[in-house]
Amino acid sequence: MSDRKSAAVAGGSIAQLEHDAPISRSAGDARPFIQVRNVWQQYGDQVVLERLNLKIAEGEFCTLVGASGCGKSTFLRLLLGQEAPSRGEILLDGQPLADEPDASRGVVFQRYSVFPHLTVLDNVALGLELPRAPLLGRLLGRRKRDAREQAAQMLHKVGLGHALDKYPAQLSGGMQQRLAIAQALVMKPRVLLLDEPFGALDPGIRKDMHKLLLELWRETRLTVFMVTHDLSEGFTLGSRILVFDKPRIDPHAPGAYGARVTYDIPLHEGRHAPGASAGLPTALADSFRTAYQGA
Amino acid sequence: MRPDAKVQKVYLYPKPVDFRKSINGLAALVELDIKVEVFNPVLFVFLKRLGSGLAIAAVAGLCLGVAAGTLPLFGAPLSPLLTVLSMVPPLAILPMLFIVFGLGELSKVMLIVIGITPILARDLEQRAREIPRELLIKAQTLGANTWTLILRLVLPQLLPRLLISLRLVLGSAWLFLIAAEAIASTDGLGYRIFLVRRYMAMDVILPYVAWITLLAWAMDFSLRRLTQLLFPWYEGAKA
Repeated sequence: MSDRKSAAVAGGSIAQLEHDAPISRSAGDARPFIQVRNVWQQYGDQVVLERLNLKIAEGEFCTLVGASGCGKSTFLRLLLGQEAPSRGEILLDGQPLADEPDASRGVVFQRYSVFPHLTVLDNVALGLELPRAPLLGRLLGRRKRDAREQAAQMLHKVGLGHALDKYPAQLSGGMQQRLAIAQALVMKPRVLLLDEPFGALDPGIRKDMHKLLLELWRETRLTVFMVTHDLSEGFTLGSRILVFDKPRIDPHAPGAYGARVTYDIPLHEGRHAPGASAGLPTALADSFRTAYQGA
Repeated sequence: MRPDAKVQKVYLYPKPVDFRKSINGLAALVELDIKVEVFNPVLFVFLKRLGSGLAIAAVAGLCLGVAAGTLPLFGAPLSPLLTVLSMVPPLAILPMLFIVFGLGELSKVMLIVIGITPILARDLEQRAREIPRELLIKAQTLGANTWTLILRLVLPQLLPRLLISLRLVLGSAWLFLIAAEAIASTDGLGYRIFLVRRYMAMDVILPYVAWITLLAWAMDFSLRRLTQLLFPWYEGAKA
């Protein structure tokens, strides 16, 4: 057992050497905020992610793109603590990640992100109540009023000030996602994880949501990871784009090799200025097309 | 029972009767027989039995369902046990209930509880498992521990479903109640039905059946209204 472990560690350091060199962008940082060290994830024989090495500075907006089944969501689940990596480790501020989801990492899913049995206001106030009332799960009296006031402020910020007493089922899809974002941000998490949050929204509303998300990101300087299927969304929003793809495919054993980060592209924040276009470099676009066909 | 060995089949053939007459007549007869007025409150004891049976079953079913559906530690042993227990026919162990709980109120209430709790528990367990994983994870990122997760997320989502399940098992609850009352009781609706059954008096039994149906429907209706009133967010209560 210990032999295997040490072999894995040795393999990891080699992998780091050969893998870090071309893609590292924050090598100058003394200590990265999030460090992914030789992470593998496999389910049975199926390798989903292999040899993942990343360093992410605080306040980066990473968009994760790639074909379906390339481990983007798996990577997000690892960051969330919903799953533990089969090999390797993820460090948050030098400490290994907690192995359960907790209040330090906020999350917004594509669906089922808000609680249907609570009003909009209570949905957000819940996050303020739960950590402070480990026994009852709710605050009483003045502390409850304070929590609701704070929640209302957050809701005004995301543009839901007029719908405080409604239930989520009465809201449109876009408004529900605004609520989910408010719910995550009221916890003041250090990392925000978004799993295709706007995938089910129509294009006009999606644009509004992009604007809101960028505003909130600039204001809070959160570290954001966002999985998206929409390449242009990835380029518009991110300050860094991570492309997941399988570099090796064995046609006789499709599960034998996993996906890695094949492109790690820093983007300039200036693109967020109005009027700036988010064009895709031609060479990159070509390689994407082949990647999609191959999948 | 057979009057003659040569007779192959016996048909019971009551002639057409006027319900109103026979009700009054048999009511008088029954009053003489059991010395209780027809609309005496004693006749409503069945509601107390049914109500307490349903209430105990609801609480027990909710606790078992939540434990089995949300906590893998309890779910692993509890879930198969509930499956087996729910297969035991409650009426078959009725004599045991009479031995254990006596011939009084308790055994009748217990028959309802034993008959219904496993059904409720299994339904709620299933519903608890159907709560999207995303919601549980979201609650964890909002700082919930296992206890507050159950308190603020699982329980509120299961309560409307509990009321719906109660509506569905009302029929079985009546069945168990009438069976228990018919066998060992001197009051209640089931007892009355079995009393007049001796006279083959369908013209009295049918009004009783109509009365039970009306009561059951009223309970179903009020449970539905209660669900709508208490849980306005619950979509299943709209229909």
